[in-house]
Amino acid sequence: MLLAKVIGNVVATQKNQRYEGTRAMLCRQITPAGEEMDYTCIALDSVSAGEGDIVVIAQEGWSASTAATGKPGAAIDSAIVGIVDYVDLLEPQ
Amino acid sequence: MQIARVIGTVVASVKNAKLEGRKFLIVQTLDADLKAKGTPTVALDAVGAGVGELVFWCRGKEASFPFKRDETPTDCTIVGIIDSDSHVFRR
Repeated sequence: MLLAKVIGNVVATQKNQRYEGTRAMLCRQITPAGEEMDYTCIALDSVSAGEGDIVVIAQEGWSASTAATGKPGAAIDSAIVGIVDYVDLLEPQ
Repeated sequence: MQIARVIGTVVASVKNAKLEGRKFLIVQTLDADLKAKGTPTVALDAVGAGVGELVFWCRGKEASFPFKRDETPTDCTIVGIIDSDSHVFRR
């Protein structure tokens, strides 16, 4: 799973049926220390995350589909599964 | 599966309901010489690992098998704690 910051969302009227009622959030990966990285992805929300939140994203089809829509088998590969309060690191990076 | 060091914890009070009571840890993946490799990532704990410990993790759909596998959304799970650094035998 990766740490990311929610930097926005996307609106798509025309989309796969299984995406109905979901929120597609635009997320930028960050390091545990909080620095933004290059990787950006779209992840479906399962925890009511908002812009600016630090979140945990699961990137595995079955888990993401179950978390975001309640059922497996949808064409979904990333879902937000937690909103981070804080990260406790052993050594500062 | 790969060797990693637990280097921190992630505290998240708002989680997917299926992750209730589970622990997120930050792991730094290591190579066979126990040197850091790549960016640290977040893993779900299945064995009671703690910060500083040497562990190994499993990735993919199989990562949810240690839990109620029809329910737990994870793509990376800690499945073992290595006894100590000297218990990694490389020949």
